[in-house]
Amino acid sequence: MFIIGELINGMYANIGRAIKEKNKAIVQKCALEQVNSGADALDVNCGPASHNPLSDIQWLIETIQEVTDKPLALDSSKIEVIESGLKVIKNKPIINSTTADSQKLEKLIPLAKKYQAKLIGLTISSKGIPQNKDQRLELAALIIAACIDHDFSVEDLYLDPIVLPVNVAQAQMKDILESIKEFKIISEPCPKTIVGLSNVSQGTNTRSLINRTFLVMAIANGLDAAILDPLDSELIDAAITADLILNKQIYCNSYLQAYRKK
Amino acid sequence: MELMFEKWAGAVSVLNIGATKEEGGTRAKTIQIGGEKTLPFLFAEGALPHKPVIAFEIWDVPPQDWPGEKDVLSWAEICAKDYGAELLCLRLQGSHPDFGNKSAADQAKLVVQLLKKVSLPLVILGCGDDTKDNLVLPACCEAARGERCLIGSATQDSYKTLTAAVLADGHNIIAESPIDINIAKQLNILISDMGLALERIAVNPTIGALGYGLEYAYSIMERARLAGLSGDKTLACPFICFVGQEAWRAKEAKEAGIEQGILWEAITATALIQAGADLLVMRHPKAIEKVKKYIGGLFRS
Repeated sequence: MFIIGELINGMYANIGRAIKEKNKAIVQKCALEQVNSGADALDVNCGPASHNPLSDIQWLIETIQEVTDKPLALDSSKIEVIESGLKVIKNKPIINSTTADSQKLEKLIPLAKKYQAKLIGLTISSKGIPQNKDQRLELAALIIAACIDHDFSVEDLYLDPIVLPVNVAQAQMKDILESIKEFKIISEPCPKTIVGLSNVSQGTNTRSLINRTFLVMAIANGLDAAILDPLDSELIDAAITADLILNKQIYCNSYLQAYRKK
Repeated sequence: MELMFEKWAGAVSVLNIGATKEEGGTRAKTIQIGGEKTLPFLFAEGALPHKPVIAFEIWDVPPQDWPGEKDVLSWAEICAKDYGAELLCLRLQGSHPDFGNKSAADQAKLVVQLLKKVSLPLVILGCGDDTKDNLVLPACCEAARGERCLIGSATQDSYKTLTAAVLADGHNIIAESPIDINIAKQLNILISDMGLALERIAVNPTIGALGYGLEYAYSIMERARLAGLSGDKTLACPFICFVGQEAWRAKEAKEAGIEQGILWEAITATALIQAGADLLVMRHPKAIEKVKKYIGGLFRS
């Protein structure tokens, strides 16, 4: 499981304040805590309140790069913000994200190629959120086709089926899980899969349990990566154990510790 | 036809045995093992920077069930001068309560004498009695301080004393597990938790000779190597295999004439080399000669 830590986001009060006051220590502490808890990469998002996201994302990236060389996922719906971040990135970049809309694909795929970045593709378009598995697969195929057209390696593409809150779209959960499995059979070599996990438990009062259960089910369906809260140690333990059961790592009594050591 | 190559995320760690004068020891040279970036001998797929190395096994007391020299120091010299050994493996069998019960001080003195007599890097083994080894091996570690020996063996039930001694005196350790990959991994974690880097561990997976579980040992080594190459650092240590000890226990080796015994040892060794063995501890000079030739052939092409 490739774990992308979600906590560097201006939406959270501490990070929002750190961006405003240019307080490096808060951001760096948050970065290291996530890495030490098992994050393989860190998501970087200035948040909706940022007045100057073009420079804020650069400040965040430069601040984080001082303390870790883990890959960074540049998280913005605005192409200019992602491009601004790519200009200063030294760690391996992940673009988070493109939708299936052609105006975004046409700009972000060449950017991903130019900066040798991985690309997260959301199976969503300007027409709205997909309502079933078929719509998700159709959008996934569109994104894959665009990657092939631009000669961008499909193995560097992470498709996101769009996870909806279980209390809003309970009927779609099974479709979302099945999409994770079926994205893999659209092309050869196959794309990777990713979810933004925390959304599944939005508005519920058992968030950690729902996150954990959904993640294990998604891993069982072949999920490669997730954006999540790595400080939730029971969540990470569950992910490591799911990998173990799928024979992706070798058992020993200290397997949880061994995974975190890697 | 297009050949498909595997891209591995990890590599086997490199273990240095023996320290030269520049490195704080007195050895003539340093032996490096490990470092593989792919499965055995897929040269087109990844680097295999170090050839498998053979250590000549010598005992501090004359062995009872296989022929050896009476005096370990002249035995060591014969290996070095007559057979061109690169590495010696000293088994301190005489420490065992049933084989002479030599004291820690005597064994430490012997190690010092041996280091003076030959300039080859050393592997030093205990007698297999944990209580005694935990007295003798720390004394030998101290006596050989700075020589960067490979010392064994740590087991899941007895690793703390040896790990502490190896750490204090700058040596490497052999981690032994009973043909069990889960225990091999666990033991490496336990040892590294004490502060000894994973790069200073050689794994003894325990092997069986031809006809005595060789295939099982092979499958365990292959599985560990696959995990190591896939990025599991806790299983990315080089392997040490005690070939001589196992091969000469086989009745086919003991009872049908010396030539068959030599073949038994050589064939067990070559099969384990194909499983990924990095260091082979062997006994018969003729078997060693055959296996050296085999290794030369593998690396010629």
